[in-house]
Parts: sequence; structure tokens; C-alpha cells
Amino acid sequence: MYLSLRDQPAADQPGSTSQVAPKVARTVVLLGIVSLLTDVSSEMVSAVLPVYLTVQVGLGVLAYGFIDGLYQGVSATVRIVGGYTGDRSGRPKWVATVGYGVSALSRLGLLLAHGFGAISAVVTADRLGKGLRTAPRDALIADASPSQALGRAFGVHRALDTVGAAAGPVLAFALLAAVPGGYDSVFVVSFAFALVGVAVLVLLVPDRRTRPAGPRLSPRQLARAVTARVLRRPMLAVAVLGLLTVGDGFLYLSLQQRESFDPAWFPLLYVGTNLVYLILAIPIGRLADRLGRATVFLAGHVVLLAAYLVGAGPFGGVAATALTLVLLGTFYACTDGVLAALVSRLVPAQVRGSGIASAQTVVALARFGSSVAFGAIWYTIGRTPALLIMAVALAAALPFVAWLLRPADRVAVAA
Amino acid sequence: MTSRTRIALLAGIVVLAVVGAAGYVWLAQRNRADALAQAPDRAVDADLAAVARGPHLVFRNTAVGAGYGQVAVVPLDRPGGARALTPATCERVFAIRGEALCVAADRGLVTTYSAQLLDASWAPTRTLPLVGLPSRARLSADGTLAATTTFVHGDSYADPGQFSTRTVVSHADGAPGQDLEQFRLLVDGAQVRAADRNLWGVTFVDDDTFYATAASGGRTWLVRGQLSQRTLTSVRSDVECPSLSPDRTRIAFKKHGDLPAGQWRLAVYDLATGRETVLAETRSVDDQVVWLDNRQIIYGLPRAGEGSASSDVWVVPADGSGTPGLLIPDAWSPSVVR
Repeated sequence: MYLSLRDQPAADQPGSTSQVAPKVARTVVLLGIVSLLTDVSSEMVSAVLPVYLTVQVGLGVLAYGFIDGLYQGVSATVRIVGGYTGDRSGRPKWVATVGYGVSALSRLGLLLAHGFGAISAVVTADRLGKGLRTAPRDALIADASPSQALGRAFGVHRALDTVGAAAGPVLAFALLAAVPGGYDSVFVVSFAFALVGVAVLVLLVPDRRTRPAGPRLSPRQLARAVTARVLRRPMLAVAVLGLLTVGDGFLYLSLQQRESFDPAWFPLLYVGTNLVYLILAIPIGRLADRLGRATVFLAGHVVLLAAYLVGAGPFGGVAATALTLVLLGTFYACTDGVLAALVSRLVPAQVRGSGIASAQTVVALARFGSSVAFGAIWYTIGRTPALLIMAVALAAALPFVAWLLRPADRVAVAA
Repeated sequence: MTSRTRIALLAGIVVLAVVGAAGYVWLAQRNRADALAQAPDRAVDADLAAVARGPHLVFRNTAVGAGYGQVAVVPLDRPGGARALTPATCERVFAIRGEALCVAADRGLVTTYSAQLLDASWAPTRTLPLVGLPSRARLSADGTLAATTTFVHGDSYADPGQFSTRTVVSHADGAPGQDLEQFRLLVDGAQVRAADRNLWGVTFVDDDTFYATAASGGRTWLVRGQLSQRTLTSVRSDVECPSLSPDRTRIAFKKHGDLPAGQWRLAVYDLATGRETVLAETRSVDDQVVWLDNRQIIYGLPRAGEGSASSDVWVVPADGSGTPGLLIPDAWSPSVVR
């Protein structure tokens, strides 16, 4: 799910709690609208992609695992490039435009691509676009807002983003209900949204030349900062967890195959998880403030483990499916933004963006490995054993991860 | 570019996007409605009464368009020709002369199933108990016995040890059905009492004897059962979903062997000589096959690719020679009525 790779920590920036709520710049709202439209576009497609690939195109789980891996991992390879290019050229708007534009065109590509190779290429292009645009967009937001309003600016952008991400699967469901099996309609509508998003960006967002916040760091200093010792343990923890996370697509496919319900209902699974996440996000956020972020982060993974077990388990039916969605939504509420918050507290401000980007790169690469591996295990042994293996592996890894993350939590609390 | 021009341009793009997308969706809906209204690819206008009078094949019609999912019949001598639709809609159907066993699904967010016995006019006469996801359905040659296998847990035979089946032999006259798991299972002389034993895929010899598949501890066997004795005795190992030939000398089945999980190969076992012959169909077949006559086997295979809800019925010689041939396009769950 897009939301779990949050780019900025939750609104706990120093100075974000000021007496008078500062006005959010128009640019930020416009960028929020661009993100909203683009998220509707991309979440629509990602909500139907698993069933489209397995039921309509007829790919096996092995092939789907590879494409799911591409979907999760490719953006990692260009994320840092996007940030760096945006910073160096001083014109992040155009780097972001290229990113949004490529993703928009890839929707049309989905209409035409019918084979495994073609679809892989289209998915890769889409995710490259996403990786490229994220950091420059954040730079634009940061540039347009005074520093005391930074937290609020990102919060507003995030809210608009979330609306888009939640609306996407609902729209996909509505389209599939209106045109049964009409995956091409989903792709066309998705392209329309993406096109308008790019148009808003190109035509309305001002092209500001940005200047980097502090003294420019050489690539060597940058590399040294992001591989700092203090980051190594959290990165390892994150990598291990990423490898043991079954992607949403696979989990939902597993539910769909067990229950054998009509593929048209598939996007509702995403809607369900989003709903649970939105309801629980704030209460669990408060819980995290009281109990400690790392604790809630780990608890979230225990919940994820439960989701795997319910997904694999002998009980079927609507209740089990709903329970799986509740558990998954809770997992996202527990883990959302924790990664960015953790990294922000461990690295100096100038390299925060790059630090978060490298953490996300680690997660994305780990997820790529996890998707391919899960597809291979499902193909050879079967669906239920594969989920059980992931559950057992996750249970075994959690104590190790807890040990890796403990010092970071203490440092953060002391700081 | 002035700000007014930009906004005008944006408005233009928004209008274009909205009109374009809405138009596409509207057209897609209309095309679908047209396709359903027109005559489908497979002609379904044959005369049902005329076809049903002679020898014919009964199957589930999976041709896109009107009649998808309905039971259809084709004459035995022209299986690729026009089919006649019956009023029944079934997920799985098995027919003999004058009677059919139909498993129907009610699909939605929750899918429920029911098994019914149909008479010669395809009207339901009796409802049989059915719990779980239906898998196999068979009638005895004289129609007095019906066997259904359902998945109580799990949904496919691909995960050994991960599923639990329930097989019930019901009597068409209303006598209470018998759950085969209550029978005594004897493998190589020793009784198997393990809780993980499963039974599925019944094929009738007469109104007391039948063959089926038994599984326990990851192994499968062909078992011969007797309804009167309530026993199941193993005959041979690694035999799944047996089907008895019309001359009752051979069993056609799917064999797992060394293949990866969820894949089987069709084979024929001679009851007298004990010889096993692998058939010429090299693709994995997950179906309980039917004998077209004493020399050929027919079975359903899903069609991979676009619109892969489709499937076809194929035929292959039962002696291991020849090559598979397409018998009925857009069909599933075949049976032969003579």
C-alpha cells in the first residue's frame, strides 16, 4: 500500500504547534490536488491489477509475483536520482513533471500490453515515474512554505493525497460493477485522472527555482551520512521486515481464491483496509506517543502475522475475509510514518530527505525480493503453506527486529 | 502564457478527459449489451428435443454470451456443431438417460451451492445435501445413486494435507445418504483411522460397489467400496478421481506421480492385468474424466489467456496412443448419454 512508505514524519515537527494556524501556500494545495488526482489514478489500477493479471490475462502466481515485485521495488531505484536531480538542477517542477507524465502514459500502455513482458515494461515505467517525482515534489512543497508552517503544509498535502488514495479503489469497484470485466475502462478513466493531474502541475504550479536548505553536500558526504552507523540497525530491521511482508495484492488474491468470489468485488478489499486504517490512524498514533513508536511498530507486525494466519487458516467466509482486512488496516495504522520518523531523528536535517529516501529504497528492494519469493513458494508448494511459512518466518524474525530497534527508540525518547 | 490562458487550457483538458473517459465507459457498456443481445459465437439454436432423443453429450456451456453457465446438449456424432440449451444452469452436471445431477451456484459476495436431481425435462425433483465447495458429481448407471464431493476446508486438490473433503452417496428414492468417511478404510489390510483421511471422486460399478479416491498422510489410493458393508479397500496407490470404463475393465484417473503440487497426468489402469498406461494428454488435468466409449476419454481443460473463464472439452484415446483432440469448444463438465 502506498501509504506505508510515507515520505514525511507525522505532524510532530518542532514549531508545528503554533498559536495561529499558518496559511498554507496555494502551491501546496495545488500540489495536493495533483497528488489527489494521481493517487486516484494509480490506486484504481493497483486495486484491479492482481485480478486483472491472474483472471483476465491468465498469468500464474510466479509471473504475478515478479510483476508485483517490480511494482514495489522499481521506484526505489530512481527515488534518490529524482531527489538529487531536482536539487542539483534547481528546477524540481520539471523533474516531477517527467515523473507524473511517464506514469500517466503508462496507463495507456496497460490498454495495449497483453503479454508478460509488455506488462512488466509498463509497470516498470509507471513505478519509475513515481520514484522520480516524489522527492522533487516534496522539495516544491518545502520551498513554498515558511519553515514554521512546514509540518502543516505536508499535513495538508498528505490529507489530499489520502483522499485520492482512498477514492481510487471505490471508483474502480464502481466501474467494474457498471461494466463487468471492463478492466480497460478502469485503465482509461485512470489515464484521464492522471492527465488532468499532469495538466494542473504543468499549467498551475509555479516553476520556482529552488535553493537547497543548507550548504550543499558533496555526493561523498551524502553517501557517508546515509550509511551512518546509527542508521545501520534500523535499516537492517526494516530490510528484514520488508522481506517478510507479503504484498497486499498477494494477500487479497489469496482471499479471492479461497472464497472464489466475483473479481468485481476485489477493489472492495482495498477500500475495506483503507477504511480501517483511516479510522484507527489517529487513536493508534496517540497510543504510539504513549507506548513508544518502536513498540507500536512491532505490535503492528504481530497484527500482520495474525492477518497471514487468518488468510491461510481453515476458516473461510465473509467474517474471515473482513477480519483479515481489519488486521491489515490495523497493521498500516501502527506502522505508517514510523519509518520516516525514525530516520528523521537519527540523521542531520540536511540529509533527512536522502536518509528517508534510502530507507524507502531498502524497503522497496526488500519487498521486491519478498514478492518474487512468495510467488515462487506459492507456485511450488501452494497458497496456504506459503502464507504459513511467511507467518512463521515473521514470528521468528520479530525478536531479532525488536532487539535491533530498541536502542533507536531509547535515543529518540531521550532526544 | 498568461494566467487566464493557463486556466482556459486546463479547463479544456479537463473537459476532454471527462468526456473522453465517460464516453469510453458508456461505449463499453453498450458494446457489452450488444454482444449479449446478438447471437453468440457458438450456435445455440439446435432443437433440444431432437438432440436429446438420440445419443448426445451433456455439458456446461461456457461460450460467452447468452446461455453462459447453462447446461447444453450436442449430438454425439456432431459435437462441434450447434448446441441446444436446456433450462438448467449448473456449475457441474452429470447426466444419464432421463436424469441428471446438477450442482448450482448462487454467486455474490458470499457464494452458496446446492445439488439437485433433475428429471428428463430438466426440472428439479430432489435436493441433495451439500456442504462446502462442490467438486465432483456422479450418478450410477441406473440413476438410483448420486455421489457428490465437496471441499469442507480448502478449495483445491493441489495442497496435500491442506484440504478436507466430504463425499456423500445419496439415494435418488430418498433413503438417507451415506458419508463415506464413516466407512471402514482398509489400506493393505490395515484399517486407517487417521483424522486426516479424505475421500472423493466416486465412480459407480453397480448399486452396491463403487471406486473412489482415499487419501491420508499425504498418500492417495484407489479404493473399492461396498455400500452394504460400509467398507473401502485399497487397490492401488496414487490414483485420484477414478472413472470406470463402460465395459468395467479399466479405470481412468489422474496421476500425481513426481509432478509439482497441483499437477496431474491422465492415465488408465487395467483392473485385470494391473497395468497402468499414461495417456497422450501431456497437460495437467484436474478433472474426473468421463469415458466417451470403451476406447476414448473426455475431460475439461481451462483455456489459458484472454477471458480465461472459458474451457473446452477434449478427447484422447484410452490406450495411450494418438493425440488429444478438441471435442466440444466452450464446454465443461461433460457426460455421455446413449
